[in-house]
Amino acid sequence: MGLTRASSGLNALRESFISLNASSFLIALAGNPNCGKSTVFNALTGLKQHTGNWPGKTVTLARGRYSYRGLDFTLVDLPGTYSLLASSVEEQIARQFICFAHPDVVIVVVDATCLERNLNLVLQVLETTPRVVVCLNLMDEARRKKMLIDVPLLSQELGLPVVPTVARDGEGLEKLKEIVAAIAAGILHPAPKTVRYNQAVEAAVITLEKQLQPLLNGHLNARWVALRLLEGELSIRQELEQHLGLALPQNVIQLKTKKGVSA
Amino acid sequence: MQMVTYLNCLAPGSSAEVVGLQATGFTRRRLLDIGLVPGTRVEVIRHSPSGDPTAYKIRGAIIALRREDSMQVLVLKL
Amino acid sequence: MNTRFKPEQILERADGIAAHLGRENIRDSIVTALYSRAESIAARVVKQGTARQPDWDRKLDNIITSKLLGYPLMLALLGIIFWITISAANIPSQLLARLLFGLEDLLSALLITAGAPVWLHDLLLQGLYRTMAWVVSVMLPPMAIFFPLFTLLEDLGYLPRVAFNLDNLFKKAGAHGKQALTMCMGFGCNAAGVISCRIVDSPRERLIAILTNNFSPCNGRFPTLIALATIFMGGLVTSAYRSLTAATVVVGTILLSIAMMFFTSWLLSRTILKGVPSLFTLELPPYRCPRVLQVLVRSLLDRTIFVLARAVIVAAPAGIIIWILANIEFNNLKPLNFLAGWLQPLGMAIGMDGYILLAFILGLPANEIVLPILLMCYLSTCTLTEAGSLADLSTLLIQNGWTWLTAFCVMLFSLMHWPCGTTLLTIFKETRSLKWTLLAAVIPTICGVAVCFLFKQIAALLEVI
Repeated sequence: MGLTRASSGLNALRESFISLNASSFLIALAGNPNCGKSTVFNALTGLKQHTGNWPGKTVTLARGRYSYRGLDFTLVDLPGTYSLLASSVEEQIARQFICFAHPDVVIVVVDATCLERNLNLVLQVLETTPRVVVCLNLMDEARRKKMLIDVPLLSQELGLPVVPTVARDGEGLEKLKEIVAAIAAGILHPAPKTVRYNQAVEAAVITLEKQLQPLLNGHLNARWVALRLLEGELSIRQELEQHLGLALPQNVIQLKTKKGVSA
Repeated sequence: MQMVTYLNCLAPGSSAEVVGLQATGFTRRRLLDIGLVPGTRVEVIRHSPSGDPTAYKIRGAIIALRREDSMQVLVLKL
Repeated sequence: MNTRFKPEQILERADGIAAHLGRENIRDSIVTALYSRAESIAARVVKQGTARQPDWDRKLDNIITSKLLGYPLMLALLGIIFWITISAANIPSQLLARLLFGLEDLLSALLITAGAPVWLHDLLLQGLYRTMAWVVSVMLPPMAIFFPLFTLLEDLGYLPRVAFNLDNLFKKAGAHGKQALTMCMGFGCNAAGVISCRIVDSPRERLIAILTNNFSPCNGRFPTLIALATIFMGGLVTSAYRSLTAATVVVGTILLSIAMMFFTSWLLSRTILKGVPSLFTLELPPYRCPRVLQVLVRSLLDRTIFVLARAVIVAAPAGIIIWILANIEFNNLKPLNFLAGWLQPLGMAIGMDGYILLAFILGLPANEIVLPILLMCYLSTCTLTEAGSLADLSTLLIQNGWTWLTAFCVMLFSLMHWPCGTTLLTIFKETRSLKWTLLAAVIPTICGVAVCFLFKQIAALLEVI
């Protein structure tokens, strides 16, 4: 009845996605709450989707499919979050999916009328993977509010493709599918510009990054992992252990239970 | 006229700039994540009909906080 | 630099640096850098035109979250939704019933021509088919109307305002304001409501939300509430006000249930789930005009599939089992009657009867089948040709000694008793604890028994005087 699937662990979820259809590209849809993400999801997948049996899309991962030029895409609608720093359950779910389910492309839906807040999430996503496209949604509302957005400049600042859309009316979605397909097929390689932190942090990151690289074996962005380890985020340690099979010393586990942080 | 106060002391309609957070640990992380970093402008929008929580405009979004939490945010009244 | 570092060495190193720089400082500087970069990009990329629109959101919020109108508006909206559901569900419900029970005659004729023995004929039609037909004809129309309305409110952006208005109450009960949202979700389906409790960050408040979610009557219980309110309370007034009265009664009982939810939350947070409230953040998104057509189509499709699946997976097997219980005989005694007789004293004490209590117990797989089970129980003792429309239902219930008091107690008990099997299973999965799952069943049951008992005693007293 869908309930069991929705409430099962993410690990099982990821496996179910990957074994679902080997020839299908896995696309993650991320975005702030209320940025029109669900509208984009609905507009892309139409009726080919599995949703829960209840109103609301607060905590379930809806998935849907669409095809573009003969290619098959499976779209996963992640919970709406402001950040990926894992300080809430939604953020943890979104982050685990982006980092460990290895989606072929991440679409970050952005509310054009509230760019500043929404870019915060984009900047965090591009730290984890370069395979990102920004869907600049709600362009109609931005126009109504007489906001002018310099899309090429935004794209240049982020180092990512940016597609302006009005998902409600289907505007811009063809272009979005085209870019997604290009990134998924390896034709387009975005080169995101990551945020630079203060000198002390950067120095530490560079040291750790080098050491982490051989260990992570390309599964995860080493710079991103280094940053999470530095800020003392505990769930990342558990995730590394669980998903990449890294054996971690016992004292970490003790630390975790002591602080009462659960995944 | 500038003065440092707590976010919960401001009346609806007034604005302030975040100076720092007094919270630690989990609460601090959450407050930072919603955009309450030093320098952020916050506008007090309204109280709930029962007086608490209060809605604030923080970096373009309207977010409601309880008194217990907003009193951990130090602001400079504008 | 070719040496491969062991994970623990790297962690140690990271911990060392972090201790030197200070964890909190590192995190502060990371978040600040991210936000200031976002700010500087946005400042360069966005140019704000001069003409500013009037701020509709703010004006709407001035009304919706105002001291004067905030709460009455919420109540009125809840009432309107139930009223629309009740008055609009009647016609399709009757059409479906006529269609499905018409089909029953056809199937019956088919089975007889095929030479099926009488017991098989009765088992398949009166047991399996009738329960399924009941579930579909009674459950589908209200669900198909209620859910889209609710989804529309959600898409509009109204639900977070409800949480905003109510948070103080939840705070006083030691709970989280987002429990208002999980409660709303529970109106749809308690299992879904329990899953949605994940949005409550703190474990303590999440448990409170999970344990009290069952106080929101789910869609499987609404039709029962609505049908009984329409027959017994609506029947007290002239037909013009029938659905209005019924809606008022339904809203009234739900308010009572919500009050019980607050009370239990308060009690829990003072006793076994003590603790300080954790950080509460709630976004009030801009209002948006929902895509009405899309919501209608989606919702209708989802609902139909859901109800049909429930009818086939849950109601059909349960129908067969209950038919067997009602029709086989041990020592001239049918198990169903035996069990009902055994439950009779308890049932009577709380304003109902043994059959009703038995129907609630046998309805554990799904709340939808409580009323059909009850019908089957009654039908096994007296005769009635069909039970499709409300009028027939009314006759049947009155024949079995129902009064408005019985109906009201059934409504109360329907609001407050153990959660359905799916919900219990979900609670177990979410809490990973048998203790909490059991408690989630025991708490509402105690409340229900207590409230019904009190109500019955008070009514008896008043009537005596």
